Amino acid sequence: MKILVPLKQTVDLVEELELNDDGTDVEREYLTFKLNEWDEQALEEALLIKDAVGAEVTVVALDEPDADQSLYGARAKGADRAVKLTGDFAAGVSSHARAAILARFLESQGFDLVLIGVQTPEDLDGQTGVILAGMLGLPHASVAVAVEPEGDAFKVTQEMGAGVTHQLSIIGPAVVGVQAAREAPRYVPISRIRAAMQEGGLEQQPAAEVEVLSGLTVRRMFAPQSSSHAEMLGGDAEAAAARIIEIIRERGALKV
Amino acid sequence: MSNDIFVLVEHHGGAVSEATNELFGMARGLAEASGGAVVGCLLGSGESGLAQGLAADAVLSVQAPELAQFVPEAYAATLAALVADRDPRALLIANTTVGMDVAGAVSGRTGRPLVAYCSALKVEGDTLVAISQIYGGKLNAEVQTGSGAIVSVVGGSAPAASGGSPTVEDVAPPDLSGLRTTFVARVEAPSSDVDITSEDILVSVGRGIGGEDNIELAQELADALGATVSGSRPVTDAGWLPKSRQVGKSGRKVKPKLYLACGISGAPEHLEGMSDAELIIAINTDEKAPIFDVAHYGSTADLFDLLPALTEQVRAVSA
Ligand SMILES: Cc1cc2nc3c(=O)[nH]c(=O)nc-3n(C[C@H](O)[C@H](O)[C@H](O)COP(=O)(O)OP(=O)(O)OC[C@H]3O[C@@H](n4cnc5c(N)ncnc54)[C@H](O)[C@@H]3O)c2cc1C
Repeated sequence: MKILVPLKQTVDLVEELELNDDGTDVEREYLTFKLNEWDEQALEEALLIKDAVGAEVTVVALDEPDADQSLYGARAKGADRAVKLTGDFAAGVSSHARAAILARFLESQGFDLVLIGVQTPEDLDGQTGVILAGMLGLPHASVAVAVEPEGDAFKVTQEMGAGVTHQLSIIGPAVVGVQAAREAPRYVPISRIRAAMQEGGLEQQPAAEVEVLSGLTVRRMFAPQSSSHAEMLGGDAEAAAARIIEIIRERGALKV
Repeated sequence: MSNDIFVLVEHHGGAVSEATNELFGMARGLAEASGGAVVGCLLGSGESGLAQGLAADAVLSVQAPELAQFVPEAYAATLAALVADRDPRALLIANTTVGMDVAGAVSGRTGRPLVAYCSALKVEGDTLVAISQIYGGKLNAEVQTGSGAIVSVVGGSAPAASGGSPTVEDVAPPDLSGLRTTFVARVEAPSSDVDITSEDILVSVGRGIGGEDNIELAQELADALGATVSGSRPVTDAGWLPKSRQVGKSGRKVKPKLYLACGISGAPEHLEGMSDAELIIAINTDEKAPIFDVAHYGSTADLFDLLPALTEQVRAVSA
């Protein structure tokens, strides 16, 4: 069984997001990037399948900031192949363009299953996985919390909200958007990632030239202006705690 | 191209979802601006009766055995055929699991643009202008797109509308014979020890709590307050709290008297589950965290200092 896991580098949300000069995108140059947290879940689900029944797991990433780190991290965790698609992606890549690039890559590979993060924080034009499935006319399921091989099919558990799940049986090749792996993503120490880097073996090939546009034009980006921002409690932790107690007492939430 | 505004009707067990009624609430103003009709797309099996009561002018009803349950592939194929044939001005889909599954797939199948995470939408001449929430709610984007776009809309973006009596047109399904997806079962939430939706006070922890061992800090405060500990999705995914304690889009929607958010950033999926709480107090070291936009009071103190301080002071006043 061949499983493909696309990895995307995405802006670390803990950081301050600055806008570019015309205010239409984040200023990417000075930001730190990290592996999209949902892609990490997708990778874990792929490795769980590999552990259980055996599979060849290939991770593939566009040449975006620190992609090598994520690709080697995946190798250290147990991915069999790591492929970097080269090109100039400095301006950011829309989900549609990304899906089109991945579609061309997939056409050159045999695969049974694509596991990809259910979303990224920057999916203005939608989620790559399902767009990819649509482009290739493949069956798909999004918001998955378990993907398990069962005979010649995959049993996919899809989360519907409020604790309800649906169970689907899908015959591959298929694309599944992973919300959470069955287990928390495994940890590899940085020394193992360094060792994987030293070993090398990253496959590189140019990304396909695609003409696909998202069809969207960003007029501006802005921080949401809430009509009711919280009243901030100053002071140290002790002072803040004292104020909180006053407030909840006033509101009658503290019964003393 | 028609000027109609299409809405995907999501339903389960004979009931139309609240998110769908919100889409109809949003569609009415758009249809007035575009000069078209509000048209519901009702996919199901023998369920065309659900059309009655939708706040639409017309309903396109596609009924087939393959559409008896939500099978993503079948929905995407049916909707793609429908929009290719009718060419609406816009297709609105709720950003639920169903929406996250079919909106992108229909876009990929038809080449129509897709605007995701939309919270406001208007028609300006030939274009659609949307506000979308991205970067975990830290930024909004104002985007424009040509007509014919698919728009996935986040919950709570418009007041729900219902009570119409639309005309119903039966539409034949596309060829669904080659489907590779089978619906196996719907599994309801397992019953659990606590029901966080009926608690008065929730001490809710997010990834900022750092690890399972630190949950104790929140539990001690909860014990002192007579409260229950709940959490954000990463906390329950990691197994630091049981699934039944998850607040948000895919967890529970709660409305306690007091919601104390500790180390929770306030992503839209989390806010969906708690923004209606009577009193929200947020503790987060990032002063730009979106949680402060819904909280009534906030502190940027470190939760590892503030939680123990609070616990001690609550104990002192209760003693
Ligand atoms: C389909 C779907 C459904 C989802 N459903 C849900 C859902 O039901 N519920 C849900 O919660 N999420 C849900 N999510 C996930 C959501 O998008 C966010 O990823 C999640 O809410 C983030 O959780 P968090 O705020 O705990 O973590 P983070 O976003 O990582 O935030 C942690 C916060 O802690 C703060 N912090 C760190 N250290 C400290 C400290 N010492 N003191 C004080 N503050 C500190 C940081 O500043 C940061 O703001 C869903 C996502 C998808 C795609």
